[in-house]
Amino acid sequence: MADRAVTLIAAGLAAAVLLLLLAPLAALGLSTRSLALSEAELAALRFTLMQAALSAGLSVMLAVPVARALARRRFFGRDVLVATLGAPFILPVIVAVLGLLAVFGRAGWVNNGLALLGLPAFSIYGLQGVVLAHVFFNMPLAVRMILHGWQAIPAERFRLAASLGFTPAATLRHIEGPMLRAVLPGAALVIFVICLTSFAVALTLGGGPRATTVELAIYQALRFDFDLGAAARLALLQFALCAAAYAVATRISLPLGFGAGQGRTGGPPAPNGWRRGLDAVFITAAALFLALPLLAVVLNGVPGLRHLPASVWDAVLAAAVRSTLIALASTALALSAALVFALAAARGKGWPALAATLPLAASSLVLGTGLFLILQPLFRPADLALPVTMTINALLALPFAFRILLPETRTIYADYHRLGASLGMTGRAWLRWVVIPRLARPMGFAAGLVAALSMGDLGVIALFAGEGQATLPLLVQRLMGAYRLEAAASAALLLVLISFALFWAFDHWGRRYADA
Amino acid sequence: MRLIPFALAFSSVASVATAQTPVLNVLTYDSFTSEWGPGPAVEAAFEAVCACDLVFSAVGDGAELLARLQLEGARSDASVVLGLDTNLTAQATATGLFAPHGQTAGNDLPVPFADPNFLPYDWGYFAFVYDKTKLATPPTSFQELAASDLKVVIQDPRSSTPGLGLLLWVKAAYGDSATEIWAALADNIITVTPGWSESYGMFTAGEADMVLSYTTSPAYHLIAEDDATKAAAPFTEGHYMQVEVAGKLANAPQPELADQFLTFMGTDAFQSVIPTTNWMYPAHTPATGLPDGFDQMITPAKSLLMTADEAQSARTQALDEWLTALSR
Repeated sequence: MADRAVTLIAAGLAAAVLLLLLAPLAALGLSTRSLALSEAELAALRFTLMQAALSAGLSVMLAVPVARALARRRFFGRDVLVATLGAPFILPVIVAVLGLLAVFGRAGWVNNGLALLGLPAFSIYGLQGVVLAHVFFNMPLAVRMILHGWQAIPAERFRLAASLGFTPAATLRHIEGPMLRAVLPGAALVIFVICLTSFAVALTLGGGPRATTVELAIYQALRFDFDLGAAARLALLQFALCAAAYAVATRISLPLGFGAGQGRTGGPPAPNGWRRGLDAVFITAAALFLALPLLAVVLNGVPGLRHLPASVWDAVLAAAVRSTLIALASTALALSAALVFALAAARGKGWPALAATLPLAASSLVLGTGLFLILQPLFRPADLALPVTMTINALLALPFAFRILLPETRTIYADYHRLGASLGMTGRAWLRWVVIPRLARPMGFAAGLVAALSMGDLGVIALFAGEGQATLPLLVQRLMGAYRLEAAASAALLLVLISFALFWAFDHWGRRYADA
Repeated sequence: MRLIPFALAFSSVASVATAQTPVLNVLTYDSFTSEWGPGPAVEAAFEAVCACDLVFSAVGDGAELLARLQLEGARSDASVVLGLDTNLTAQATATGLFAPHGQTAGNDLPVPFADPNFLPYDWGYFAFVYDKTKLATPPTSFQELAASDLKVVIQDPRSSTPGLGLLLWVKAAYGDSATEIWAALADNIITVTPGWSESYGMFTAGEADMVLSYTTSPAYHLIAEDDATKAAAPFTEGHYMQVEVAGKLANAPQPELADQFLTFMGTDAFQSVIPTTNWMYPAHTPATGLPDGFDQMITPAKSLLMTADEAQSARTQALDEWLTALSR
């Protein structure tokens, strides 16, 4: 088998990723002369770490019981719910924030309900709002990652446990516990790093400059002070935080070693009695928490649909076609890279995982500005809009794809590596007959996520956008900037629908393929 | 609602092919070139007289425009930069990238304004906008606002030009006591958003009683939506102005066309488009006057505006005061 070839390709890819991430910093004139942080930057650092740790911890803690309930229960609407778990993550930030405000804001449904009951109002503005929004975005992602973990446990293990008379507690300790130990640190790491670079959510719901994050400090350095070196220094700080978080997660995480099953997974046993009721409570609560803001997004968007001028529909169509093409190309790129990194990581190497995690910590403003500085002397920026958009979307989506593919790739490697070697399978045959069929479920989910994420990103590509290349997110922003808030809400709804349709198509394929 | 036909936005694409036609590149902010902004109509009108191809390229907002210009430096293929405001022009002048416009035509601004490098094309007053059906007696000053339990949403001066405008508004009105005003306002500010759109969206969704915007914002609702419920609250301290300007780049590939465009900017063909697309006051009132509805906008008793140099030297300290007061 082509062990060395995989490692070599992964090393080449890792070098390319590092170059893409670090060259922009160099272009901004990073000087390591003064790395000391100012008082304001230290305050931003403290707030950033606190909200990211809280958001990641809470998201993962809440995700475990929900994922377990979903893994062992079958009910009407389960498939829809599992698919919808991808939705919050792919919402454009401003759309999601307005959806959350419709539910939890001052004039929102929750506070109207509390007022009816004569209870004091809940304020979303502050650290609690930042964490609430981050949990809304990321908890569903964690549920899906942990659910994959549960579904990857061979059915034989649970049957064996049952025949040995394991109590639920013993099953948790010997079978589910090790799986959680393998999956949770990675899930928490991804969410922690996503929240590290949060800026608009943190500022808008944080209630003001108390909620300044490192990413906002970067914004200030680039926009207010035009201090490129300071921006590069803060961007380097984000990478350092990401690397440190990676080191911690790696120490905690333990690889799985169940041994191979017959490739059948049935999920854990579904006990009756009070546990059944508790599972129902978890599922209902999670479904409501996710569905209500989504419902608000739909309700905000529907009234304007009828009055949308024809030109908007044209622009929506053109932008949708363009965004879909970008999404498909980015997905192909990100998924291939993620698979190579996951295969290399499964062979016990540590660096592929780090290389595939660092892009999460990239400040999109620094990345875009640096790339602009590098490319602009050579090309007209607008000519590069398409390739830059595809590459950057793929780069930023790589960590998700990698993290989703990793656990099952590891299992496959541990379980089938020797079998493949003894059969003398070539690398291609091994991929075709062993890897792809078993990875279908996570690959479908990852592809869906990457495609949907590629629909939404604005940050990096804004500098490269030229005339007549309006993407849907840009269109939403333009409508809002022109006071057309109702039309903007409708265009945002269309954006969400197209993103979700793309996500659903890939994810559905993966789940169908895996179940077949 | 006055909508410019969508086809106009793309009319330039067809003419790019003709190699002899000179191309004038104008760097501006996004909402100027959008289908709902002044861009499409301005482009059609200028191309009718210039025998050239006018191409807008756009970035997010005024502050981003300046950052983009600094990144591009002398390599920029733009001849004209349109959309900076006077809080940014000192920094823009310091880059040395701009050339004097050499024009002597005056303007109709309520305060004297002249800058050797920059010509104004529109202006407005910052103001807190509210809903008349929900708020019967709006505050008449920052102090009244601070003493009330009204909730406002504002924009961050570090990422937004209106946010910077508010910072300088309070500074211009209160000078050394600006810190106390901010401290008193802290409990009225429910949140600070990165840009204007998020704030305005939250206000219309009912999250805040008032939003930092412009005295002319209600004109959009009145004219485009036939909705007379929005109004701007006049403040006795006076209202800080935003003056939006354009300038010619020293390395302009098309210096003559750039001059022609800056002259055209002062004519009715350009100015009459401004009120109902940018929802600001034109720098030169067109012969036909302002559209119906603008007469219902408030006229502040006092216009506040720092010079470019004053704004430049005030902003760092003002930002520190703002951060300190609101971070408590």
